[in-house]
Amino acid sequence: MSAGQETLKVLAERFDDLLLRWTEAQSEEGVQRTDVFSKKEVREQSTRLLRAFLDGAKGGDLDDPDLSTESWADLRDALREVSEERTERGVTPTQMATFIHALKTPLFEFLTDRIDDSKALAAELIVAARLVDAFALHTTEAFIEHREKVIERQRAEMIELSSPVVELWKGILAIPLIGALDSARAQEVMENLLEAIVERQAEIVIVDITGVRTVDTQVAQHLLRTAAAVRLMGAECIISGISPTIAQTMVQLGVDVGEVLTRASIRDALVHGFNKLGWDIQSIKRPDEHAGRRDGRGGRV
Amino acid sequence: MSFVPEAAQHLETAAIKTERDVATARRAASRAMDAIGARAVAKARFVTAVSEVARNALIHGGGGRLAVHADERAVYVICADDGPGIDDVDAALKDGFSTSDSLGKGLGGAQRLAARFEIETSPKGTTIRMASA
Amino acid sequence: MSDAASLFKVNGVLLVAIREDIDDTDIVDLQDRLSNAVNDEAVDGVVIDISALEIVDTFVGRVLGQLAKIAHLLSSDTYVVGMRPAVAMTLVELGMTLPEMRTALDVDQAMRRIREGE
Repeated sequence: MSAGQETLKVLAERFDDLLLRWTEAQSEEGVQRTDVFSKKEVREQSTRLLRAFLDGAKGGDLDDPDLSTESWADLRDALREVSEERTERGVTPTQMATFIHALKTPLFEFLTDRIDDSKALAAELIVAARLVDAFALHTTEAFIEHREKVIERQRAEMIELSSPVVELWKGILAIPLIGALDSARAQEVMENLLEAIVERQAEIVIVDITGVRTVDTQVAQHLLRTAAAVRLMGAECIISGISPTIAQTMVQLGVDVGEVLTRASIRDALVHGFNKLGWDIQSIKRPDEHAGRRDGRGGRV
Repeated sequence: MSFVPEAAQHLETAAIKTERDVATARRAASRAMDAIGARAVAKARFVTAVSEVARNALIHGGGGRLAVHADERAVYVICADDGPGIDDVDAALKDGFSTSDSLGKGLGGAQRLAARFEIETSPKGTTIRMASA
Repeated sequence: MSDAASLFKVNGVLLVAIREDIDDTDIVDLQDRLSNAVNDEAVDGVVIDISALEIVDTFVGRVLGQLAKIAHLLSSDTYVVGMRPAVAMTLVELGMTLPEMRTALDVDQAMRRIREGE
């Protein structure tokens, strides 16, 4: 008998017993996590994995398992799905790996029952161990990959939240920058902003830096580059929130703002924007107020 | 050379002989970036770098060839010409920061835009290797 | 050849739409055609639509900048419209801010500005 055949037989002939013993072993190792998964869910996950294992074993080369081949496709999918389910509920990579490794216990037990010759048994145990190890390794990799995707998604969401592009008026966008502005963030901000310009057909863009902690040469460069990019797309960029301190710093650093418009506050920038687009602001007068004013002029911007 | 990972596939090699071939090189790089699913900004950056380098091979190198490789992570481009080489590489790379007037070689820009950039030059020719990630 | 860019005259404004696959030869050709057109006809302005361009490198950028200057010398104003975000970001990274070139969001806006004599 070539190595692996007994393992395959055990899988095929004693599937249910194997499943049962495996779930018991999971419990013994403390990795079943019935705090986040119901017994039914655990049974379903284990069944799915074991079945995929069996199918893959039928077609695959058991002596030298390469999980990337076609015959193991089902198992890869099952591992990935179960990994994702478990990650979402806070299972650690170690727990996940141990969960898989626990399969060795019943597998070894059943193989020992079947094989009398110690040399043959040893050879078969090695094959079985290697299989389950490959299994567990793949799980860990899938796990980590999924975790990284989640982290990346959260990071992107955080960046979006921290610098949302707001439409103040038709054609006027504002983006309040908050916190630190490193290269990576500056690029994401620029990209969001430029895409918003296209989406909302904005003619005026107000970049407010009131919330930016420190304005050094690098930050100033990012801002100027953003302003240049906005202009290239056909809109006007106004940088608002320039405090006297920031103004001093920029002058001392020798930053040439050039033609970029700056204003002390979003309000001032907004006023400029309205004027540029041909809007005028008047207060709505009430009859009794009107009586008190001879000229009848409302507030003009 | 170990610049291009072993697992990367060679997609195509474009000949750079005439002015129209700079656009050909751009298209080849563009196709490769699309194939790996690159986003618009990453694509614009790298293909622009390829354009600069291809034009340089044409104008200063007398023509050459551009090989495009790719794996799942990145696109790798090797542009080689048999021209007289670049005397002062540092100056050439600085030159590339052209304003609309100066005739910079565009290489400095390419270096800035590509994630990885290597240049090898001698009187026998110049080879530039770039990766998009 | 002339397929890479189409020229129209609309309401006294020269409208140019540049196609995605324009190459070096075509763009230099375009510069000639445009300069002549601006010179020959009484043109109030030039609008160049680059919305089809995914890539604008230093060569194309320089030609566009030169076009703007030439047109200006010929008493016409040039607006470049439809620049894609990825293109704007790349040009800026290359240090090409093209200050002599006017820009607008789209053809409509550019035409409006030309009419208003900005």
